[in-house]
Amino acid sequence: MSDTSHGTGGLSFDKSKRQWPNELNVFGALILIVVIFEILGAVYVGQSLLFDSNDRFDTIFNEARLRIIIIQVAIVGIIALGVTQVIITAGIDLSSGSVLGATAMIAMSFAQVSEVNGGPNPKAIFGPALQDLPWLVPVMVGLACGIIAGIVNGIFVAFARIPPFIATLGMMLFARGVAQWWSSGNPVSFPTEAYAKIGAGMMPVIIFLSLAVVFHFVMNFTIYGKHTYAIGSNEAAARMSGINVPRHLVMVYAIAGMLAGLSAVILTSKNLTAQSGMGLSYELDAIAMAVIGGVSLFGGRGSIIGTVIGALIIGVITSGFTFLRLGAFYQEMVLGAIIVGAVALDQWQQQRAAARS
Amino acid sequence: MSDIILETKGLTKHYGGVHALEDADFVLRKGEHVAIMGDNGAGKSTFVRQITGVEQRTRGTVVFDGKEVHFAGPLDAREAGIETVFQTLALADDLNVPDNLFLGREKTKFNWLGPFRILDYKAMREDTMAGLVKTGVKIPNIKNTIANMSGGQRQCVAIARTATFASKLTIMDEPTAALGVQETAQVENIIRTLKEQGESLILVSHNMRQVFDLVDRIIVFRRGRIVANLDVKETDGNDVVAYITGSKTGAEYEGAA
Repeated sequence: MSDTSHGTGGLSFDKSKRQWPNELNVFGALILIVVIFEILGAVYVGQSLLFDSNDRFDTIFNEARLRIIIIQVAIVGIIALGVTQVIITAGIDLSSGSVLGATAMIAMSFAQVSEVNGGPNPKAIFGPALQDLPWLVPVMVGLACGIIAGIVNGIFVAFARIPPFIATLGMMLFARGVAQWWSSGNPVSFPTEAYAKIGAGMMPVIIFLSLAVVFHFVMNFTIYGKHTYAIGSNEAAARMSGINVPRHLVMVYAIAGMLAGLSAVILTSKNLTAQSGMGLSYELDAIAMAVIGGVSLFGGRGSIIGTVIGALIIGVITSGFTFLRLGAFYQEMVLGAIIVGAVALDQWQQQRAAARS
Repeated sequence: MSDIILETKGLTKHYGGVHALEDADFVLRKGEHVAIMGDNGAGKSTFVRQITGVEQRTRGTVVFDGKEVHFAGPLDAREAGIETVFQTLALADDLNVPDNLFLGREKTKFNWLGPFRILDYKAMREDTMAGLVKTGVKIPNIKNTIANMSGGQRQCVAIARTATFASKLTIMDEPTAALGVQETAQVENIIRTLKEQGESLILVSHNMRQVFDLVDRIIVFRRGRIVANLDVKETDGNDVVAYITGSKTGAEYEGAA
């Protein structure tokens, strides 16, 4: 096709418009941040952040720290996978943290044991009939709670045409209320042994990365993914092309809700307890991961890979500040600046793209 | 079978008290290219919107391909075989050329997966190349997103989209209004290609030279009514302008406006 591929006039191939995957930029930012922490670490603490510095030279990396970095972002990362899809449709989901809270309380109530230290479970929510259930029951309950919350979000956004910001803000307040009402603010504890294994050890990381692979595939190679990008890119065009936009939006929000429900299951299993304040501000962390990972708040652009790298950037920064023995407040200031910087960069790229076309 | 692809009888559209379109009788034969001309607000776009189902007509009948039709929306019209290139391009900026061509009618594999069925990228790419060859559209890199393309390329993609699918009638609403000279030439070449392939076309245009170059017949609208039905071989620019401005009215339409 090489000879026919050069048309007349403005139709010839302009090499300056060749597309550079945005994920590479985000990955570059991750490397840059690691390098900055390595330099600061060498200067101020005399240690390396990611590389092994115990002088035994038996391993290349500091595996303990790498593990911490990824474990601490895995649970929010699962939420971020769903939020990424919502933002790609040009929406937003502010409810995921609260949905996690409500789901945690409800799911954990179905995961309790009947007997603790020889006596009855002191934190029991239900009677003995609903105790010692197989682990699948609370997992299904958790997923169902998340899906229901997501469907409600989706219906308000897609059919009632309420702006996503408002619809999910309402759900955020409502779900937090449910979390507090469920057991009058008391924690729900003592899960079955099988349930406790779901989020034990490296399980959150394994689940997060498996889901990332699955949704990377879904977003790039299925009709669901294509329509998600199309709606965020040009909703009117999507409608004209015969895509059932409202139904699709409900599905996107339902999947985001399901992932929030799943992260509630993993978090309660990991912590062995559910509290009504769980997941507070997780939605913002998840949005931050997506935005830092290059997902455009205007919709249509972004990827699961980007969000995973965005999650790693947040993990590295969080660990890095602890490693440098700096207070958490510096960390939040820097994160805030990075988020605004990422959106400003996106905005600038949009304007540049608009100016040259 | 008759060779009439589209016929409207007494097609009328009122927006409240505004009579945007009044008693339009129109016939289009298979393979024929017809231009619709007229001043702003003469009813050209209103006419197109009634045919393509974007709006619901107040009165009148539309017969398409031998059957009387009532399209509930543009999608119905498209499924029946009417492809429209709208003034505002219905393209998704962040998707590439095959994605846009097949938007809403993607080729898929493993259809039992429902909404998660797998896209058949290879088949869509091949069909896109075939569609581009058919229309003579030259796009340097079909994997480029629409956002990275010039206005002319976008218009070409929109037109290729209508031509890739075996449609019975193509409607273009001012396809070259926002394009440069060379890009306009490119689009006009595509329209000539469609003519050679026997595709029926309704072209809404303000460009007199373009209309005389491309079509067989010119329909002139004035104040919501059809005032002339002219064979391009028997008319000229001045004549058409006279009809558009109202200093002349076709004999068969006397008393209409």
